[in-house]
Amino acid sequence: MAPTGSSVPGPAEVSADTPIAAEHELRTADLSLGYGDRVIVSSLSVQIPTGQLSVIIGANGSGKSTLLRGIARLLSPISGRVLLDGRDVHAMPSKELARIVGLLPQSPTAPEGITVADLVGRGRYPHQGWFRQWRAADDHAVTEAMRATDILGLADRPIEDMSGGQRQRVWIAMALAQETDVLLLDEPTTYLDLAHQIEVLDLLAELNHSRGTTIVIVMHDLNLACRYADHLIAMRGGRIVAEGAPTTVITPELVDDVFGLSATVIDDPVSHTPMIIPIGRRHDPASTSRR
Amino acid sequence: MIVTAALLIVLLVVFVLGMTVGDFPLSIGDLFRTLTARGTAANNFVVYDLRLPRVITGILVGLCFGLSGAIFQSMIRNPLATPDIIGVSAGASAAAVFAILILGLSGVAVSAFAFGGALLIAALIYLLAYRNGLSGYRFVLIGIGLAAVMIAVINYLMTRARIQEAQAVLVWLTGSLNDASTAGMLTLGALSLLIIPLSLIAGHWLGGLQLGDDTAAAIGLSVQRSRLLLILLAVALAAVATAAAGPVGFVAFVSGPIARRLTGGTGTALVPAGLVGAVVVAAADLAAQHLLPIPLPVGILTAVIGAPYLIVLLIRTNRHGTGG
Repeated sequence: MAPTGSSVPGPAEVSADTPIAAEHELRTADLSLGYGDRVIVSSLSVQIPTGQLSVIIGANGSGKSTLLRGIARLLSPISGRVLLDGRDVHAMPSKELARIVGLLPQSPTAPEGITVADLVGRGRYPHQGWFRQWRAADDHAVTEAMRATDILGLADRPIEDMSGGQRQRVWIAMALAQETDVLLLDEPTTYLDLAHQIEVLDLLAELNHSRGTTIVIVMHDLNLACRYADHLIAMRGGRIVAEGAPTTVITPELVDDVFGLSATVIDDPVSHTPMIIPIGRRHDPASTSRR
Repeated sequence: MIVTAALLIVLLVVFVLGMTVGDFPLSIGDLFRTLTARGTAANNFVVYDLRLPRVITGILVGLCFGLSGAIFQSMIRNPLATPDIIGVSAGASAAAVFAILILGLSGVAVSAFAFGGALLIAALIYLLAYRNGLSGYRFVLIGIGLAAVMIAVINYLMTRARIQEAQAVLVWLTGSLNDASTAGMLTLGALSLLIIPLSLIAGHWLGGLQLGDDTAAAIGLSVQRSRLLLILLAVALAAVATAAAGPVGFVAFVSGPIARRLTGGTGTALVPAGLVGAVVVAAADLAAQHLLPIPLPVGILTAVIGAPYLIVLLIRTNRHGTGG
C-alpha cells in the first residue's frame, strides 16, 4: 500500500548547512528520583541511544516525565547519577550542560507581550557571555531555528497571537536555537490536534535525520510513538519494563503490562510499525456474554 | 534606544525646570554658569544648597524605585510584585519609625534602620513563600499581608508618639524630598553608583527567569542562585531609595509597565523603567511644590497617579481569572 501521508503541509526542510551533532553518550546509573519523601523513579539505569529518536512511554504516574526532568537536571537525584560522556551532569556548569542538552518542558510560560523572535532568541542564552553580546552566530541560529519550524513569517508577532500549534513550534524553535546535540521534550504534542501532532513529530524526525540530534520524547500516543521512535522505553512504577525498537518491543502482553489495557497489535498499513488497537469493555467478547 | 534617548531628554527638561523654577527664579544661563562654577554667591546658595540635593535625590530615588520594581515584576512574573506593594517599603518605614520613636535616633542611623527593615521583610517574604521553588502568586499575597502588618506597626507606634516626634516621622509615611540634603544626596549617589550597574548586569538573567523555572534551567541558568542575587539587588535598590526619601508610593509599581508600554512590550526594559521612575518622581515633586495651592510631599502625588492604575490592574486581573 502506498503511503498516503497527511494533508497537512509538512515543516520546511532543516537546511543543509546546519552542523552535524557531535556524539554524546548520555546515561543514568542507578538513578532514583522523587519529590519530598515520594520516590517516583527507583534505581534506574538507562542508556540513551546516540543519534536516535527515543520515545519514553508509560501510564500516568509511571515516572516518565520525572525521568526526563532528572536527566535534564531539573530534579536532583535522591541517589545515583546522570552521566554525560562519563561526567556527572550535576557537577557540570549549567551553561556548558545547556550547550549540549536542551529541554522543552511540559507547559512552558511566555512573558506577556514577547515577540516570537525575541522568545526564540532566549534559547541563545548558554552561548552568550557575561555582557550579553549578540553575535552573528546568534542571529544565524535564531533564523535557522525559525526557518526549520516554519515560523519565520511570524517573527515580529506577539506570542499571544499564536494558535496552539504555532506556539508549540515557537517553543521548539527556541530549543533548536539553543543548538544542542541532545534534545529532550516533555509531552510536546499533548495539547495539539492530530494534524499538529504529526507536524511537530515530522519536524523532530527531520531534525534527527539531518543533524543527527539525539532526541528523547515523552508522549502518550502509543501509535505515534511506534511510528516515530527508533527506540522505545516503556516504564511502569518508576522502572523500565522493556526497551528496544517498536517492532520488537510492542506486544499485546506489554501493552497490558504497562497500561493495564487489553489490546490487539496489528501492522500499521502506512509505516509498517506496530499499531495498537485497544479493546475496552464495550467490545470485549468476555463482557458481551454478560450483556 | 529611541525610548531611552527620549526619556533622557524629558528627564533633562524636568531637571532644568526643577533647578530654575521657584521663589528665586533662575534663567537657564544663570543655572549653566552656576553649575560650571561661575555663579554668584546667591545663585550658588540657591542651586547647590536648596535645589540640587532635592532634584538629584528625587531623580536617584526614582531611578532606584523604577529599576527595583521592574526587576521584581519580571522575576516574579507578576505586575503586583513590587517593593511598594509587597511591603518591602513598608518594612523600611516601620523600622525607621521604630528607630525614631522608640530608640530616639535621627539622621543616618534612621536610614540604616530603614535599609535593614527592607531586607528583613524581603527575607521574610522569600522564606514564607518558598515551597519547592518560588510561586509568584504566593510571593505577592504574603507580601501584601506583610505590608498590612507593617502599616499596623507604624500606626501603633504613631499612637504613642508626641506631636514633635510625629512631625519627624511623617516623611516615613508618605515619602518626601523636603529633607533632602547634600550629605544624603552624596550617600544615595554613592550607593546607587554601586548597586545600579550590578543590577543592570544581573538583569540579563531576567530574560531566562521570565520563561519560568523549568525553561530557565533548561537554557543554562542557575535559577535559585540568580533569583536570590536579583532579589537582593532589587531589595537593596528599594531600600536605599526608601532610606533617602521614605516610601514614595507606587513609583516602583508603575515605572515598569509604563516603560514596557513605551518600548513596545518586549524584554525587561530595565533602563527605560529606571528612567521612567526618575521622571515620575522628579516631575511629581515639581508639581507638588509649584502647581498646588499648598506644597505637598511628593509621595502623596505619586500615590494619586499610582492608585488608580492599581485598581485598573486588579479589575483586569480578576476578569482574566489568572490571579496575576
